[in-house]
Amino acid sequence: MNAPQEEKGREPRVGVYVCQCGHNIGRVVDCEAVAKYASGLGGVVHASTNRYSCSEPGQNGMVKDIVEKKLDRVVIAACSPRLHEPTFRKMLETAGLNPYLLEMSNIREHCSWVHEDGKTATAKAKDLVHMAVERARLLEPQEAATVPVTQAAMVVGGGIAGIQAALDLADQGYQVYLVEKEPSIGGMMAKIDKTFPTMDCSI
Amino acid sequence: MMDAGRHPKIKVLAGSELKSVSGYIGNFTAVVRQKARMVSSACTSCGDCVEVCPVSVPDEFEEGLGTRRAIYKPFPQAIPSLFLIDPDSCLGSNPVACGKCKEVCGAKAIDYAMRDEEIVLSVGTVVVATGAEPWDPTPNVEYGYSRHLDVLTSIEFERMLSAGGPTGGHIQRPSDGKEPRSIAYIQCVGSRTQDPCRGMTYCSSFCCMETVKTTLQVQEHIRGVKQTVYYMDIRAFGKGFEGLYTRSRADGVRYVHSIPSSVTRDAAGRLLCRIADPDTGELREEAHDMVILAVGVKPRTDSDAIQKLFTLSRTEDGFFLESHPKLKPVDTPTGGVFLAGFVESPKDIKDCVTQASAAASRASILMRKGEVTVEAITSSIDPGLCTACGQCAKVCPFHAITVDKEKGTATVVEALCQGCGTCGPECRFDAVSLRHFTDEQFFNQIDAALEEEPEKKVLAFCCNWCSYAGADFAGVSRMQYPGSVRIIRSMCSGRIDERFVLYAMEKRAGIVLVSGCHIGDCHYIDANKSTLTRVEKLQERMRAAGLDVGRLHRRWVSAAEGRRWADTIQELADRLPSVDPAEVSKAADWARDQRVKYEKRVEKHREKRRAPKPAMAGSGAGGAA
Repeated sequence: MNAPQEEKGREPRVGVYVCQCGHNIGRVVDCEAVAKYASGLGGVVHASTNRYSCSEPGQNGMVKDIVEKKLDRVVIAACSPRLHEPTFRKMLETAGLNPYLLEMSNIREHCSWVHEDGKTATAKAKDLVHMAVERARLLEPQEAATVPVTQAAMVVGGGIAGIQAALDLADQGYQVYLVEKEPSIGGMMAKIDKTFPTMDCSI
Repeated sequence: MMDAGRHPKIKVLAGSELKSVSGYIGNFTAVVRQKARMVSSACTSCGDCVEVCPVSVPDEFEEGLGTRRAIYKPFPQAIPSLFLIDPDSCLGSNPVACGKCKEVCGAKAIDYAMRDEEIVLSVGTVVVATGAEPWDPTPNVEYGYSRHLDVLTSIEFERMLSAGGPTGGHIQRPSDGKEPRSIAYIQCVGSRTQDPCRGMTYCSSFCCMETVKTTLQVQEHIRGVKQTVYYMDIRAFGKGFEGLYTRSRADGVRYVHSIPSSVTRDAAGRLLCRIADPDTGELREEAHDMVILAVGVKPRTDSDAIQKLFTLSRTEDGFFLESHPKLKPVDTPTGGVFLAGFVESPKDIKDCVTQASAAASRASILMRKGEVTVEAITSSIDPGLCTACGQCAKVCPFHAITVDKEKGTATVVEALCQGCGTCGPECRFDAVSLRHFTDEQFFNQIDAALEEEPEKKVLAFCCNWCSYAGADFAGVSRMQYPGSVRIIRSMCSGRIDERFVLYAMEKRAGIVLVSGCHIGDCHYIDANKSTLTRVEKLQERMRAAGLDVGRLHRRWVSAAEGRRWADTIQELADRLPSVDPAEVSKAADWARDQRVKYEKRVEKHREKRRAPKPAMAGSGAGGAA
């Protein structure tokens, strides 16, 4: 496929990190084999394993590689992007890269945790890393826009939780709208005479 | 509660319902409908009106154990501290009908003509704390809640214990008004059952301690009263809870490890609890004067409406789903919206307060910063290729595309675009693209996924918010399923172009799955309806071409449905061995023809437009080979 970088005359330099997540991934998936496989993929100039990618040493090591090896696309095969994508995007920024040049490959929730057989899991992990690299080669820097945040909050429900949330927000100086369906706030809590464990009045 | 009513920064909108919510993180607009109270803020709470009101109806606050008038104050400490008229029971404003309250009101606060009011709120953040509903034990027929007057729920009993309650804090049997000498409590009513008619599967978590607390209170009210608690487990896990439980037992409250199978009434009017002796298993009956059912809670019946207003997700038990069960316990998938209290799951008061403070803190972090980065992933339209047909604008759930027929082009309003990418697959001329999730990236991923043994694989397209998250949930829950599936993530299933599916067919994928949120749960309002239409259309075309539609599936899987995901993959993987290679080849040829046709059409269009020729989508194998 024609990556935009190629049009600009430069091959992307992809770095691949295969996370063992301690034993979470490492116990089932042969991470070394996956890293070795990744090193042979197009555009990949660095591939290695990490014991814990999200840890301080894990992140520092990746930052160092990005700078020293001039990596401009990063694939981290680890947990779900729904968990650590924000973590690793920040790491890319630390290394001076646009955070959108990251691609995560989910070899934990979608692989090591759902397939007990090491051979199957390793083969799948290789495919998933391959897919991630192919996607990463075409990643482009993106600029997120910023918008102002209205300095007011709405709390829906005026029971004990809603009241507490409203008070905490209002005490910080924000305007709060406490919307309650019933004609009075208080909720279930207002009906209770004494409350455990201190046996004091609820209102 | 009083503090909230008096706080200068809190505007209490009681008797109000949310009608609509629009906007996004940091910038929500909510329309609230406030019901007419028919009593203005001139009300001095003197109560003269109540004296003259001829209507008497069961009092909701007193759980029906007392009565109230049609003009009333919900309870003495109510906030706002105003009376209101219940329009359903009020005889009416016509002086012939009634109008007595208006006559006696010295403050001239009563206005029958008052109408519901719509209030528009602009807010940056939202805390959803809508709570839960107590379980109604009527279907648990063995306990005779609707047959015996002296069987009460724990909430009704709370009102009876309250000094401000219907009996002034005196405990008395509703049947004869006598003080009970023996009270029984039955735990887990509506909780921890596999029978959906009789309750919920989960532990409601507060009811054990509520009973323990009540036994101590009752001990103070009636000296020497006999109390028996029938339980399956006593869960006294919080700080100070075990101490309270120990005190209750030391005070002589009997805790019996057995749940009654029936509650009947004998000739003397006593309630007989039939139990199996916890030691011998022998069946026997124990007589009590009153029976209290420790009812659990269920998700509110209006949860569906709240879910739709804020595009939230729910777990299998019906409570709202947090962004992460441990690390983001008060966040929701919708940026700027947080959860607090029972709406997330049943919990005790302390946990409600803690969670509420956490939600407030999460919201204030956003507001303190003053600005927030929004979606960088947006669509763009190539004016050189666009014909202003308006098809993309039609499917955009956010009305983010404007079509200018005169100029002959459509444009994306980036501030409105949420990046679902549903517009792209609608375009016949490849004029629409989505940043960060380009066609070429999908084609690349398909190539990579199907490079080896494609017939033995299930290629799944999953949306980020539901089905991908559902697969995550299956992982977190360690649900095992076959390793033949390869997932390609998109933000929304609406992004999945039929060309991606066709390309997977061309590349000989054994089975293709398109998966997204359930209809009504879509993170992008209703973008998944486009998914439904597109997959059905494609299946129709496959059928017309004489192909096996059993190789293309569409399944909805929510973020909480890990089991459904695992079962779906198991089912599809089980079909793989029976996929006929000849059928795969036939479909691959057909899919290739479709691609070539599409490319020719786009090419012709480009030439006509004299647009420069960019890379052709799906025109080659993966670059990694």
